[in-house]
Amino acid sequence: MVLGNYKSVVAARSADNEILKGAQDGGIVTQLFAYALEEGIIDGAIVAGPSEEPWKPEPVIATTKAELLAARGTKYTLSPNISLLKEATRSYGLDKIGIVGTPCQMQAVRKAQLYPVGMRDVPDKIALAVGIFCMENFPYQSLEAIVEDHCNVKLESVKKLDIGKGKFWAYTERGAVTQIPLKVTHKYEQPGCHVCLDYVSNLADISTGSVGAPDGWSTVFVRTKNGEDTWGKAIAAGCFETKPIEEVKPGLDLVKKLATDKITKNQKTLEARATFGVGKGLRNPYI
Amino acid sequence: MVEKITVGHVHMSGCTGCLVSFADNYEGLFKILDNYADLVYALTLVDVRHIPEMDVALVEGSVCLQDKCSVEEIKEAREKAKIVVALGGCAAYGNITRFCRGGQWNQPQMESYVPIADLIDVDLYIPGCAPTPQQIRNVCIMAYLLLKGTDEQKELAGAYLKPLMDLAQRGDEACGCDLMYDVINQGLCMGCGSCAAACPVRAVTIEYGKPNIDRDMCIKCGACYAQCPRSFFNFDVMNEFEGISELIKGVME
Repeated sequence: MVLGNYKSVVAARSADNEILKGAQDGGIVTQLFAYALEEGIIDGAIVAGPSEEPWKPEPVIATTKAELLAARGTKYTLSPNISLLKEATRSYGLDKIGIVGTPCQMQAVRKAQLYPVGMRDVPDKIALAVGIFCMENFPYQSLEAIVEDHCNVKLESVKKLDIGKGKFWAYTERGAVTQIPLKVTHKYEQPGCHVCLDYVSNLADISTGSVGAPDGWSTVFVRTKNGEDTWGKAIAAGCFETKPIEEVKPGLDLVKKLATDKITKNQKTLEARATFGVGKGLRNPYI
Repeated sequence: MVEKITVGHVHMSGCTGCLVSFADNYEGLFKILDNYADLVYALTLVDVRHIPEMDVALVEGSVCLQDKCSVEEIKEAREKAKIVVALGGCAAYGNITRFCRGGQWNQPQMESYVPIADLIDVDLYIPGCAPTPQQIRNVCIMAYLLLKGTDEQKELAGAYLKPLMDLAQRGDEACGCDLMYDVINQGLCMGCGSCAAACPVRAVTIEYGKPNIDRDMCIKCGACYAQCPRSFFNFDVMNEFEGISELIKGVME
């Protein structure tokens, strides 16, 4: 189960240069939602949009391609996207909701569907759930500490943030590139991430991330009938360039390795929690 | 469907919002009543004066200790029903009735309102104010499968209902503070915002990536905690979300 159930997996990137410019990798999420909006597969999508503070995402309901474009790129800090899930059906009146999120947020979406305790009229309105690969996340103040204290770069001047090749990268508007090893960033991670047993958004309709694919491309897992339907239509419409995952470097083995690493490490954390105190443990949310 | 289960709606001190929510399944309600469940007791809907024997009692509202009739009725419901479900925040956690202090015309002495588990054993909780039509529907379908389904269906229904049964074992107090005690304080919150979306009174906002509770607003309905993916998360059920969603859809068609 390290990679979850899936029907197909490919390397892909958006065929739209406007989307690729400013995308984190292959522009998969933006392109998928833009296509789904255009075709009426969704009425709107909950995405991590910009806020007044630099690199602090705010969940927004995008109903236009322009709003999707404004939300491109990975923020590496928490965006409580699920907080808008019910609101999307109320103030925005959406009947077909698109939502993007981390693996834990995809878990929240599925729980909202199967156990809709406080999610009146939400379960049947999730039209497209797109998950992203995620090793861990940072609180906003952590991101500030990493970028401003460790990378010595003002957040306002950052053009892109990235995690790859074992390092945390900050690219500034003026062309400076700073990188620090991930071992420096580990202590700033959000504690709640350390019990997560999902790397590649196993519960999404479609999940995507850079790992496994070449630079500028993304790996895409198509997981559900619903995902397959939308993906098939998007491919037929020429939205994406694709390559068989077997033919690209570094390929699925790397995805599998990172997923296994994350799950093994976090499983150990869960076990350690059981005997955290003296004769007393911490909660395991899964039992 | 040959055999139906028998279901009753037992009305304690509540606003009838839970019953309205049940009815808000619209044609789904008729589907349930046509094919799966006989409604054998319900205020205004069924002409039966005394609580009969039944498979499932859906109890709405808290119990007023000063109202002899209510106290008798909740005990009788426990004796006559195989499964007692606390339907909604008042029955499960006291909800808004926790704040009652009596003094209301024309029974000023009625001041003590307790969740039903203070007086009887409860098998299953459906938190929320009001509980959502879809959550009630899902429990109805699973209760039917549990009692009348094939072995495979019984297993699935058992797995689905277990967390809601565990909630009934967990206790009969709940409020936004549970998010702090059981999720943030335990190092489990990942800031998804489910709690804020679930709260019916907008008492939960997300600050610094974590829920912030306006405790003056909180009505103690238990929705935020139950909706949180880190309160319970049942991998067996959740990994099968596609099949279960289709099953529910199929049953309701």
